[in-house]
Amino acid sequence: MTLWFVFALMTVAAIFAVLWPLSRRGRADSGGSEVVVYRDQLAEIDRDMASGIIGAAEADAARIEISRRLLAAADQSGRDAPVTGSITLRRAAAVVALVGLPVIASSFYLALGSPRLGDFPLAERSQVADANQPLTNLVAQVEAHLEKNPTDGRGWTVLAPVLSRLGRYDDAVRAYRNAITYAGDNADRRADLGEALMGSAGGVVTADAKAEFERSVALNGDDAKANYFLGLAAEQDGRKADAAALWQKMLAKAPSDAPWRPLVQAALVRVGGVSAPALPDGAVAAAKDMSEADRGTMIKGMVDRLATRLKTNGDDVEGWLRLVRAYLVMGERDKAISALADARQAVGNNADRLRQLNEGLKSLGLDG
Amino acid sequence: MIAESGHYALVLALALALIQSIVPIVGARWRDAALMNVARSTALAQLLFVAASFAALVTLHVTSDFSVANVFENSHSLKPLLYKITGVWGNHEGSMLLWVSILALFGGLVAAFGNNLPLSLRAHVLAVQAWVASAFYLFILITSNPFLRIANPPIEGRDLNPVLQDIGLAVHPPMLYLGYVGFSISFSFAVAALLEGRIDAAWARWVRPWTLMAWIFLTLGIAMGSYWAYYELGWGGWWFWDPVENASLMPWLAGTALLHSALVMEKRNALKVWTVLLSILTFSLSLLGTFLVRSGVLTSVHAFATDPTRGVFILLILFVFIGGSLSLYAWRAPALKQGGLFAPISREGALVLNNLLLTTACATVFIGTLYPLALEVLTGEKISVGAPFFNFTFAPLFVPLLLAVPFGPLLAWKRGDLLGAAQRLMVAGIVALVAIAVVFAWTYGGATLAPLAIGLAAFVIMGALCDLAERIALFRIPLSLSLRRARGLPRATWGTVFAHAGLGVALIGIVCETTWNSEYIGSMKPDDVAKVAGYELRLDGLNPRQGPNFREMVAQFTVTRDGEKVSVMTPSKRNFTTRGASTTEAALLTRGASQLYISLGDTSADGAIAVRIYHKPLVLMIWWGPVLMAFGGMLSLSDRRLRVGAPKPAKAAARALQAAE
Repeated sequence: MTLWFVFALMTVAAIFAVLWPLSRRGRADSGGSEVVVYRDQLAEIDRDMASGIIGAAEADAARIEISRRLLAAADQSGRDAPVTGSITLRRAAAVVALVGLPVIASSFYLALGSPRLGDFPLAERSQVADANQPLTNLVAQVEAHLEKNPTDGRGWTVLAPVLSRLGRYDDAVRAYRNAITYAGDNADRRADLGEALMGSAGGVVTADAKAEFERSVALNGDDAKANYFLGLAAEQDGRKADAAALWQKMLAKAPSDAPWRPLVQAALVRVGGVSAPALPDGAVAAAKDMSEADRGTMIKGMVDRLATRLKTNGDDVEGWLRLVRAYLVMGERDKAISALADARQAVGNNADRLRQLNEGLKSLGLDG
Repeated sequence: MIAESGHYALVLALALALIQSIVPIVGARWRDAALMNVARSTALAQLLFVAASFAALVTLHVTSDFSVANVFENSHSLKPLLYKITGVWGNHEGSMLLWVSILALFGGLVAAFGNNLPLSLRAHVLAVQAWVASAFYLFILITSNPFLRIANPPIEGRDLNPVLQDIGLAVHPPMLYLGYVGFSISFSFAVAALLEGRIDAAWARWVRPWTLMAWIFLTLGIAMGSYWAYYELGWGGWWFWDPVENASLMPWLAGTALLHSALVMEKRNALKVWTVLLSILTFSLSLLGTFLVRSGVLTSVHAFATDPTRGVFILLILFVFIGGSLSLYAWRAPALKQGGLFAPISREGALVLNNLLLTTACATVFIGTLYPLALEVLTGEKISVGAPFFNFTFAPLFVPLLLAVPFGPLLAWKRGDLLGAAQRLMVAGIVALVAIAVVFAWTYGGATLAPLAIGLAAFVIMGALCDLAERIALFRIPLSLSLRRARGLPRATWGTVFAHAGLGVALIGIVCETTWNSEYIGSMKPDDVAKVAGYELRLDGLNPRQGPNFREMVAQFTVTRDGEKVSVMTPSKRNFTTRGASTTEAALLTRGASQLYISLGDTSADGAIAVRIYHKPLVLMIWWGPVLMAFGGMLSLSDRRLRVGAPKPAKAAARALQAAE
C-alpha cells in the first residue's frame, strides 16, 4: 500500500513539473539574445585595453568587427516574430501531462516491475536465518584450510556437497574434481560431480555432466544417482522410451527399501512409462484451484474410495493396478505392497487376470 | 520498496523525456513561451527522477539486496563498501544507468544555467537532449533493466569481476562517461542550430565551455583508464590500440578538433558550419564507442554484454541519431550564414590545419578499429590491426601536428606573420636541437628516431613557454613588470600554455618508455636476485594472506641499488573464490618519473614463481602530460570572460582574404 502511495506522489511530482511552466505567463523577453552577447563583448574590449592586454589599434579593429555583427543582430531580432501564447496548445500539453504521463509510466511499469516484491536487504535476512551464518563461516574456514593444503582429499570430499547445497555449483565442481584427484576416483564422486555440473548448467544434463555419469556407471553399473540422471538426460533429449527403460531396469534391480524408489517411480510416471492414476474430469478441474494440502486430501479420499470399492469387487485388474500406482506416487510403499497382496488374493482364481496383473506390476517396477 | 521505487522513477523519467522531446518543439514552432519553458522544468524533473533511480540502485548494492538480479549477479556481501558502490557501474545495466544519469545531469545543467540562452534555442537544445535520453531509457528498460527481481533471492551474490575490484573503477568510468556524454551538449546545440536554421553569438558562447568540460573529463578518463590498465592487468603496457581504447580515443581526437574550431567560432565567428559538423561527428563517435563497448561486438574486459538484442537496439539508436543528424546537416547546413574571413596564414588558418590533422588521425583510428570488424562480418575472416598499423599511420600525422602546435598561438587572428612567429620560436628550436644532440650522444648506437622525437617534444614544450615569454615580454622589460603582466594574462592563455606543454611532456614519456624500457622475465625462487637497470631485486619469500573476499599470495622483494636498500616491493596474486578468478596486483616503485614494475605469474611445482620485472624510464610523464592538458583546460574553463579575437589592423598592402568556409 505504501508503495502505491509513493508511486502516486512521484507521478504527481512529474505531472507538476510539466504543468507548472504552463500555468505561468510567458515573459515577453526571457533568455539572452545575440545583441546582449555583443554588448558584453564590447565592454570586454574596453577592459582588456585598460589592463594593457591588447593595444589601442587592435582594440579598435575588434570594436569595428563586433559593432558590425551587433548591427546585423539587431536588425535580425527586429524581424523575429514576437513570442506569443496559445491557450489551445497549452491545454493540449496539459492534457498530455495529466493523461499521457501516468499512462506511459504505468504501462511500462506494470509490464516490467514486480510491485508485490518487497526489499530483501541482506542484514534483515541474516537476522531471520541466523543459522546460515555459522555455515558460511565454516565453509570459509574449510576453504582457507584447503587453500593452504590443496592436496587434502578428505577436506575436498567434505566441502564439495556443502558447496553444492549452497548453490555454489562452480566451486562444488572444482571441489569434486579435487576430491577425485586427491581422494581417489569412485562411482559416487563421479555421479556427484555430474550433479554439480548439472547444477551450474541450471539443471540441464550437459555433455560434460553426462560424461561424468557414464564414467560413474562404468565404475559401478548400479550407481543409483548416475543411472537416474542418465535417464533424465535421455528424457531431456526427448528419448522418453529410453528413459523409461533405464528407470524400469533400475527399479527392477534395486532393493525394495531403496530410499530413491518413489522419486524414480514418479519420474517414470512423468515420462509415461506408467500412466498416472486417471481421475474423473471434474475432479481434475476441481483440483486445479486447490491448495497443496486440499489437493492431497482430495487425492487421498479418492484413493480410499477406490480401495473400498476393490475390497467388495476384486475382479477389476485395472483398478488394482491404479491403486498400487497411486500408493507408489504418494510415496506410501507399504500400502502399495499390501494392496498388491490383496490383489493377488482377489484375482488368484483367474489365471488370465493374474497374468495381466503381474505384467502391469512389472511395468511399475514391482516384481510379480 | 526501494527497488520498485527506483524502477518506477526510471519509468517516470522516460515519460518526462518523451514529453520533453515533443512539447518544446511544438512550442518553438508556434512561438509559445510557456510550452518552450516546459523543456526546462521537465529536464530538471528528469534529472531528479534519474538521480533517485540511480541512488536506489546504489542503496540496493550497498545493502546487498540479492532479490535484484543485477545485485545478485555483480555483488557479494563480503565485498568492501567502496566496491559495492563502484560495482553499481561495473556491469552493463548499471553502467547504462550511469550513462543516462550523466545525460540527465547535463540536460539539467543547461536547464538550470541556460538563462542567457535565447528561449527557442534552449527549447530546441533540451528537446534534442531528450530524444537521446528517451532512446537510452527505452534501451535500458527493455533490454538491460537493472531493476529486474528474483522472487526467491539467493543467499549470496556472484561477486564483481575481480579485475574491476579496484579504485580505478571508482574514477575511470564516471570520468569517461562525463566526457562521452558531455559531447551530447554540443551535439544538441548543433542539431538545434540546424533545426532553427541559424547560429548566433550565444550559440558560440555556449558550445565552447561545454565542449571544453567534456574534453577535460574525457582526457582525464582516458589517462586514468590507461594507468589502470598499466598497473592492474599486469602486462606492463599502457596502451594497446585495443578497439575499446580506440573507441574512447576517437571522440577525444574529434573533440580536440572541435575544441579548437569552437574557439575560432567564438572569437571570430568563422568556421561555423564546420563546427556544427564536428559537434555531430564527435558525439556520433561517442555513441559509436558506446555501441562498440556495450553491444558485445568486441570481446574484452569491457564487454560485459553478449546479448544480441542489446547490440541490435544500440545499432538502431546509432543509425537513427548519426544518420538523422547527418541528413539534417546535409539538408540545413547550406542555409546557415557564413562567418568571418581570414588569411591562410593566421591563427584561424593554424587552427584549420590542426583540425585537418586531428580529423585525419581520427579517421585512421576509425579505419583501424572498424575495418577488422567489417571484414569479419562480410567474409568471416579474422584479422587483427594492432600497433604496427597505428604506428605507421598515426605517428606521421602527429609529427606535423606537433611541429605546428607552437606556431598557432604566436600567429595573430585574421592575418598572421609566419616569419615573425618563426623568429620568436628560435629559442625553442635551438633547445630542441641541443636536446637531440645530447640524447643522441648519450645513447649513441641506440635508436635513431628516439632522439628526434625527444627533440620534437622539447620543441613543443619550449614553444609553449616561448609563447608565454612573448606575451609577458620576458627579458625585454624589467622582471617585475613581466610578472605583473603574467598575472594579468587571461587564464585561457595560461591554459593554452599548460595544455600544449602537456602534449610535449606526454611525448617524452611515451618515447622513453617504449625505447629504453628494460625488463627481466624469468622464474625466481626465494633468495634469488634479479638485476634490472642497475637495481637488484631479491625475492625474500612468498606468503599467503586472507583478504575480505579473496586470498592472495604476496611476494616480497627487497630492492637495492649499488648495495644500498631502496625499498621493499610486494606484488601479489589474488584469488577470488566466488568467481574462481584470479588477478595480478603489480607492485610499483616510483623513482622520480620512472618506475620499477613487478608482476607475478604462475607458481611452478618446485616452489619457483614466474616474475616479470620492468624498469620504465620516465613512464609517469605519459600521464602527467594529460593531467597537465586537463589542468590547462580547467584554467581556460574558469576564464569567465567573453572572448573576442582582436585582429592586427590591416597593413597598407592587405593580403587577399578568403572565405572561411
